[in-house]
Amino acid sequence: MTVRIVDRRQDSRNKSSINRSRFIRRFKGQIRKAVADAIARRGIRDLESGEKIGIPGQDISEPQFRHGKGGVRESVHPGNDRYQTGDQMDRPPAGGQGQGSGQASPDGEGLDDFVFTLTRDEFLDIFFDELALPNLVKRQLARIDEYKRVRAGYTQSGVPTNINLVRTMRGAAGRRVAVGGPYATRLRALQSELEAALDDMPVDAAEVERLQREIAALKARHEAIPFIDPFDLRYSNRIRIPEPSTQAVMFCLMDVSGSMDENRKQMAKRFFMLLYLFLNRNYEHIEVVFIRHHTVAEEVDEDDFFHSRETGGTIVSSALKLMVQVISARYASSIWNIYCAQASDGDNWNDDSPQCRELLADSILPLVQYYAYIEITDGEPQNLWHEYERLAASHAGVFAMQHIAEVSDIYPVFRELFRKRLA
Amino acid sequence: MTKKKSRLIAEGSDWTIEAIARYDDEIGRVAARYGLDCYRHQLEIITAEQMMDAYAAIGMPVYYHHWSFGKHFLETENRYKRGQMGLAYEIVINSDPCIAYLMEENTLTMQALVIAHAAYGHNSFFKGNHMFKQWTSADAIIDYLVFARNYIAECEERHGVDAVEQLIDACHALSNLGVDRYKRSPPLSLEKEKTRQREREAYLQAQVNDLWRTLPRHDAAVTEAEEKRFPAEPEENLLYFVEKNAPLLEPWQREIVRITRKIGQYFYPQRQTQVMNEGWATYWHYTLLNTLYDEGRVDDGFMLEFLQSHTNVVYQPPYSSNWYSGINPYALGFAMWQDIRRICERPDDEDRAWFPEIAGSDWRETFDFAMRNFKDESFIAQYLSPRLMREFRLFSVLDDDSQTKLKVDAIHDEQGYRQLRRNLAEQYNLGSSDPNIQVWNVDLRGDRSLTLRHFAHQRRPLSPASLTVLEHMASLWGFNVRLEQQAADGEWNLLAERKTERRKQGAA
Repeated sequence: MTVRIVDRRQDSRNKSSINRSRFIRRFKGQIRKAVADAIARRGIRDLESGEKIGIPGQDISEPQFRHGKGGVRESVHPGNDRYQTGDQMDRPPAGGQGQGSGQASPDGEGLDDFVFTLTRDEFLDIFFDELALPNLVKRQLARIDEYKRVRAGYTQSGVPTNINLVRTMRGAAGRRVAVGGPYATRLRALQSELEAALDDMPVDAAEVERLQREIAALKARHEAIPFIDPFDLRYSNRIRIPEPSTQAVMFCLMDVSGSMDENRKQMAKRFFMLLYLFLNRNYEHIEVVFIRHHTVAEEVDEDDFFHSRETGGTIVSSALKLMVQVISARYASSIWNIYCAQASDGDNWNDDSPQCRELLADSILPLVQYYAYIEITDGEPQNLWHEYERLAASHAGVFAMQHIAEVSDIYPVFRELFRKRLA
Repeated sequence: MTKKKSRLIAEGSDWTIEAIARYDDEIGRVAARYGLDCYRHQLEIITAEQMMDAYAAIGMPVYYHHWSFGKHFLETENRYKRGQMGLAYEIVINSDPCIAYLMEENTLTMQALVIAHAAYGHNSFFKGNHMFKQWTSADAIIDYLVFARNYIAECEERHGVDAVEQLIDACHALSNLGVDRYKRSPPLSLEKEKTRQREREAYLQAQVNDLWRTLPRHDAAVTEAEEKRFPAEPEENLLYFVEKNAPLLEPWQREIVRITRKIGQYFYPQRQTQVMNEGWATYWHYTLLNTLYDEGRVDDGFMLEFLQSHTNVVYQPPYSSNWYSGINPYALGFAMWQDIRRICERPDDEDRAWFPEIAGSDWRETFDFAMRNFKDESFIAQYLSPRLMREFRLFSVLDDDSQTKLKVDAIHDEQGYRQLRRNLAEQYNLGSSDPNIQVWNVDLRGDRSLTLRHFAHQRRPLSPASLTVLEHMASLWGFNVRLEQQAADGEWNLLAERKTERRKQGAA
């Protein structure tokens, strides 16, 4: 009798993954709050990684009917080194080791934070949960450049790499049976005739010889049936199905003028980093145009946008003008869903702000699906804000503006701007 | 060379499947010689991660899904990764065949230890002890868990994850008061469960209607002057009462209440036999492996490694130590079983005075009797010897909240032995460590509210968190739930009340 030993190491590894996701689902509110705190602490480069999250232990305790403190209690302890019957002593401070700790935290209260680690995917899922680009409506079907290849049965012609062996061999086997059937029947008949003939005739009789010749001939013909015939070949067939895709472009406009100190620039960058992560993660096909400006605007690539340091005065309209140019050159607005996010400290040439408003009202807002403006300042709103406020009223739903004073505002503002709205 | 073949079972510290099988054979041979009666068993080799999975599901190989298991998993994983805890060497499942897990990281010595401890020690205890025999059906538990998981998954699909989750939350909150303490539950079986489950749905619903029947007639002459209580006798199994009587539960909800109740019942004996069971398993791994050593089948290196972990397991830190967190059941249990054998084989005068019935008896028979017929509470009350109390230097502290100071009321001396033993046994009495809360009455003619009564033991109050549990009770019952407590003058006072508006939601 040998024991049964089962090696389970290769079995499904994450038996608890469902329970884990249930847990995260259940405490989404608390976890999201913790995630928002975490993001404020993080450096700009490691936004996209897992995170250790702590949520209040109280929230996740599982209460049961238990005894509380008080009443009469006897407890037995080992290691007596000094006590005699009748000795009295003070109560040890609550929660301390020693007497009375036989009951471990009976009601689950007073626990510290429950700390655990979210994976990168879980982290970002929670982070961008329930966010969406608003007004993503223009689904242009005319310009199709995405195809999906799908299986579509089998064909009799194709390239050798697509040969479907199972189908081919199945066909070949069937054909061999069908074609060889009559020969086999005839062969069996001849064999039994031959045996009958051999019983009452000498081996060299003419009849026997004829039968043997005929059998040999039949066998040869039966064996000549090809094992596989070009006729049997089957090829897996795939066809291309056009996939309509939504085209969207996001303009990121960032003020890098001298009035934006390092701190504010960091905040703006954080905001755009979030936006960029969000777009990359939740939308498969989206183009992003990075524009930064001081007195002049230029279109830059991702790396420059986030990491270069350049500075100067401020003319916001330069960026808007550049944006209009880019739109007319590359993103015809009848086909493209156009989004724009602009970050600035709101400090602009006084004469320029009204111009910005006109530019927006006349040439930009009619073209875009959504325009979000964030002003990064911890003081009073600046002149650009006042100008833009007039737009917010007339272009509700398309134009939104928010105010960020410190790092911890970024995430709430981001959520507010890109909250999923009911259609 | 081959003539002088080593008698060792295996060499080296890396395990192989063959070496494990050889060890199991040898340990099984020795165990049979000692007369251990075990279920068949199966060894399963798993990784550390799978061990943590198993932890989260209280060791069961299949279990339904719930967020709290995810929480336990995260907790374990976190502590394990930070190195705050090692994983248990073994998990063993009280099933037939008995399943014992071996962790991949363990050395061969540790695997042998686990086999002796779990696959023979615990296994024979599961098979022999009356608590397990009476309360659990080892041959059916796995099937039942499969049934439970599938049923709950189906409910989630049909009624939504949230509804099911909320229900299970409530059941878990009441689970420690959802066990029958005195009645034996009928054996579980997958097929019976499945076929009966539908009948039960219909039947239960009909039963519940009794509750309703009295309602519409309230303008008929109120002749019964004397108010009858429902239930006629107080019920201490809250989940059972809910399953059978809660008026607003759907059949599937009743079934889930039943499932959590049944599983809670299955674990109830384990909670009551910790000291005995762990001590028994520890005693046997110690004895079996030592026997192998005496036979020359394992070498000194093996024994050193084995003894080191054995010593760690049975270490009892004194009360003043930083590591102290109550009495270590392994230490106490192991010492008691060893002590019983000593009393049988080499009794002294004290033992003859205290244990006249076992002093000098056959130790195997005494062991067998003790293992079969006791639980922690009675085991300690029966077998804890004065010598052991001295060895552990036990002392008993009285904490009375009406006094300003704690009082040492018994120590390991002639006057203290009996009281010490009684106090320690009482400490393992689940009946007094879980609060005694019973269903007292349902207001059948009025608002159908449910009244629970807390029968305080030693004036111990309920913890504040208990009041939130009432919330769960209310969500199950569907109407108001009250909790009463007896005051010092014998009056029953309302401790807390939870109102529920489920009826309105249902009507809307």
